[in-house]
Amino acid sequence: MDLGAIVQNALRAGVGPDAAVFALAAIGLNVHFGYTGLRNFGQVGFMLVGAYGLGVCVDTLGWSMWVGIPIGLLAAVVLAFALGAPTLRLRMDYFAIVTIASAEILRFVARSTPATDVTGGPFGLPKPRSGGKRPLASEFFALSPFEPGRRYGIGQLQFSGNALWSLLVGWTLVALCTVLVATLVRSPWGRVVKSIREDEDVVRSLGKNVFAFKMQALVLGGMIGALGGIMLALANSSVGANSFQPQVTFFAYTILILGGAATRLGPVVGAFLFQLVFAGSQSLLSQLGAEGHLPALLRGDEAQGALALGLVGVGLMTLMAFRPEGIFGSKQEMVLG
Amino acid sequence: MADADADLVAERAALAEAERTIAPGSAARAARDVLAEVEPEPGVAKPDPILVVEGMRRSFGGLTAVDVDHLEVQRGAITALIGPNGAGKSTLFNLLTGFDRPDHGNWSFDGRPLVGLRTHQIARLGLVRSFQLTKALARLTVLDNMKLAGQDQAGERLLPALARPRWRAQEAAIEGRADALLERFQLSAMRSQLAGTLSGGQRKLLDMARALMTEPRLVCLDEPMAGVNPALTQSLLHHVTGLRDDGTTVLFVEHDIDVVMEISDWVVVLGEGRVIAEGPPHTVAKDPQVIEAYLGVADEENVG
Amino acid sequence: MSRRVRRPFDRAALAAAGLVVAVVLCSAGVADAQETTTTAPAATAVGGTVKVEGKALEGVRIVVTDTANRTVGEVRTDSEGVWTVPVPRAGAYRITLDTKTLPAGVRLRDPDRRRLEVQVQGGRTRFVLFGLTRGDGGGDGSGTSVPGTGAGSGTGGARAGGLSLGDRLARAAVNGLLFGLIIAVTAIGLSLIFGTTGLVNFAHGELVAFGAVAAWFLNVRGLHIGPLAGPRLQLVLAALVAVALGGALGAGLDRGIWRPLRRRRTGRFQMMVISIGLSIAARQGLLIWFGSGSPKYRDYGLQRAWRFGPVAITPRDLAVIAISVVVLVGVAVMLRSTRLGKAMRAVADNPDLASSSGINVPRVILLVWVLGGALAAGGGVLQGSATSVNYLMGFNLLLLMFAGVILGGLGTAYGAMAGSIVVGLATELSAVFIKPELKTVAALAVLIGVLLVRPQGLLGSRERVA
Repeated sequence: MDLGAIVQNALRAGVGPDAAVFALAAIGLNVHFGYTGLRNFGQVGFMLVGAYGLGVCVDTLGWSMWVGIPIGLLAAVVLAFALGAPTLRLRMDYFAIVTIASAEILRFVARSTPATDVTGGPFGLPKPRSGGKRPLASEFFALSPFEPGRRYGIGQLQFSGNALWSLLVGWTLVALCTVLVATLVRSPWGRVVKSIREDEDVVRSLGKNVFAFKMQALVLGGMIGALGGIMLALANSSVGANSFQPQVTFFAYTILILGGAATRLGPVVGAFLFQLVFAGSQSLLSQLGAEGHLPALLRGDEAQGALALGLVGVGLMTLMAFRPEGIFGSKQEMVLG
Repeated sequence: MADADADLVAERAALAEAERTIAPGSAARAARDVLAEVEPEPGVAKPDPILVVEGMRRSFGGLTAVDVDHLEVQRGAITALIGPNGAGKSTLFNLLTGFDRPDHGNWSFDGRPLVGLRTHQIARLGLVRSFQLTKALARLTVLDNMKLAGQDQAGERLLPALARPRWRAQEAAIEGRADALLERFQLSAMRSQLAGTLSGGQRKLLDMARALMTEPRLVCLDEPMAGVNPALTQSLLHHVTGLRDDGTTVLFVEHDIDVVMEISDWVVVLGEGRVIAEGPPHTVAKDPQVIEAYLGVADEENVG
Repeated sequence: MSRRVRRPFDRAALAAAGLVVAVVLCSAGVADAQETTTTAPAATAVGGTVKVEGKALEGVRIVVTDTANRTVGEVRTDSEGVWTVPVPRAGAYRITLDTKTLPAGVRLRDPDRRRLEVQVQGGRTRFVLFGLTRGDGGGDGSGTSVPGTGAGSGTGGARAGGLSLGDRLARAAVNGLLFGLIIAVTAIGLSLIFGTTGLVNFAHGELVAFGAVAAWFLNVRGLHIGPLAGPRLQLVLAALVAVALGGALGAGLDRGIWRPLRRRRTGRFQMMVISIGLSIAARQGLLIWFGSGSPKYRDYGLQRAWRFGPVAITPRDLAVIAISVVVLVGVAVMLRSTRLGKAMRAVADNPDLASSSGINVPRVILLVWVLGGALAAGGGVLQGSATSVNYLMGFNLLLLMFAGVILGGLGTAYGAMAGSIVVGLATELSAVFIKPELKTVAALAVLIGVLLVRPQGLLGSRERVA
């Protein structure tokens, strides 16, 4: 048993680019669910339109990343309006199901063969056969001060130049979005959205256009989610529909609840811990398997991956049942909710 | 939509200005005197109505909850709305303030038709309600509950919200007004607590104080005294009469007949959704139909 | 007082849950012992099973190439039809099936899908399926089933060439009816559980998959208790046992998880998120237990279709339709006329009122869970026999079940039945006009469309929405 390796794997995942992507998704979800009380179960749809918005611009159309990124964000705005305009007035159960269904529609369409010329279809971007007009992340990595091939890091905790650049940019975006959201929720705007979360009838009775505030929150959180999708596309230099399964939204909820919903640092702490524990347990399981400590049923990567993922599910249940305020949240506020 | 809202705000300011010139000072005594001249019969016209309801109907399934042919509420007076449980009082409140839509009917506030307006637009015109079941925003502080009600806040718009200097002065002014109201409602000591920690009576006070924070011209209070500590009831009554003296029209639902007798200038009795009687408190109290429909039931309730 | 009354149910529920666990463990033991089906691939790979109508094909050549069209590996399927090709790293690969190596009479359902392009994740084996069919070609109409969408394509294919639009619509309507009835059977439980407890149960799909998988083990591997190897059960028998296990599992879930949570006054949203966690955990449990393949049951696999005018339908699918109709009518009659059914509807209408009028609400809810679990498991077996068994089949059905429940008006069981049939029809009929791989999209679009136009559902009353 190599405990050191397990800790390293866990830490690498905890600070890696994927953790930053999850943190962005969760910050957006915090605006939706944590502060405004919108039960958006299609956050992954916002990530998807961000990633494909960028990917299609660069790979299919050959445009610059600097055009692609704003278009990815704009796609999130369009999605927010399309989702919100008809459904924000519906009861919240319906909103949850409409959002998850919409995200699934987007995923099915993106990966369908008729869409191959645009999205790469089942193959994703970069498109396999013809090849893209422009490599997806070439401009992004051209900005990197690090050598792509070299390993950087302290001791055993090392990243390639490109991974290091991705994670630095990712966490910088996380920091910026955290500050942005923190500033907003301390303003009168934040007071209104938090009040909507508590009881939208009161807010309405006081002369506020609840619908408009919900829409603003949906757009803002969706754009932050799209930023996560864009970051994912850049870090991987690819976009695939399989990265946007419904469970990504569920992970974002797990992260948010783990770190504490409606707290400023909840999404960040949650994303770090989530990736840390997930990668750590996978690494532990794979070592146990290699040393023959696991029953036959749990041998093999598939079973171990499933077990680690299953533990996420159990973790989500346990958290929500016993500590819905998160591991650092205040019990008092939760009881009142 | 933003333009329409801005129009409403402008209109509201103009109306408020007009009101100050028409009805200067305390209209309290005047209201009662003027109403003394009005015939105590259902649907009677008032000299200076702020709210006029015309043919308003709302039914749920086959049950007609509200069926009001004509009702006027006198400006600057305290009007009580009474009636047995299920008489449609709360439904009428919901309809007037846009929380529910009538099957048909018209109503206007200060001459402005309200049909088709959304809840928040009605509130912005100055027709504001409190709730029967208190709705404290539990995970906000008492002070934030109050500050939320401040109107036309620059910091509530998404981009200015990011620039604190844009709204700092207004925020301070709103906080000042909020503190003054909290003082009046004896909630100052709780200003930094989460509203969810308040007792039922305190929430009731907060609910009312918050409605007043919007500076309404007509405030609809849904059972403001229910569940309030008796020691506070008297001061609450004082607040309600104080509102009238400041020029605010009050329409309130109340079960406690003593309260109704003490503070109201005019009483409207609802039975099975219809206005069955209206008039000055002591006239209504003698109406046999009212005694049968309402007071009799109330007595039974008290006994049981 | 009520405690004493409830006791036997507690015990029964615990025993039932214990039984479920025992069966799961036993079957798991079986999987250990046999360990022949899949050799656990240690690294990043692509693989799959080449079968036609449930029969493995040996010696079929598969070629894997990368994005630059370099050959990564080439392999022939073994006696079980299994093939695996390790790939150097995560990424996109192209998998080609050499049609010349197929036995005579076997061909691809869709000749365009000879070459598939897949995205492989690091450390995982990406399973690739080629849709094959036996037959002499020419519009015999085997459906093009898209792996992973879970939308069942039962009998006649919607894209079969050379048919008039009317004929294709007729075939699609039969498929849609079949699929809709299966959704209806599974969705009643979802609707009743929501109606009586307010829980939006995201883990309902796993009950469906559980039923299908349990029946598969009983049908294909046989009943094993400890070292005693029992006989392999005929599918009908296996299905009955699976339905009983599903009911027991439902009871266990209510007593083990949901009832304690209701007692703690857990909020509706919290419960919904807990059900999402449960769904993830249960799905991964099914993956570990069953693996990621999509096998079929031993019985009723190969059947000659009966022809009724333009419509061809196998006796199996006809039986599935008949069974579903009988079950749905039975449940409707039960809800309408039995004391239990009336109690269930009373609890759904107003739990407090029901409780004060002497109905034992916790017991009714327990029985709703038993019924819901049993129906879900039964629906799983029906879906499994109409298509194939997969650990994801329930999750893939979940959104369509939600669609059916919402379409019919949230919380009304009859509405759920009607709504589900509409969803099934929309799914299959849309495949006449758009690519079959997008038919789920059409069903979800119908859901969203109905929510916008008639949020109370097709049969719901307006007040429910307020």
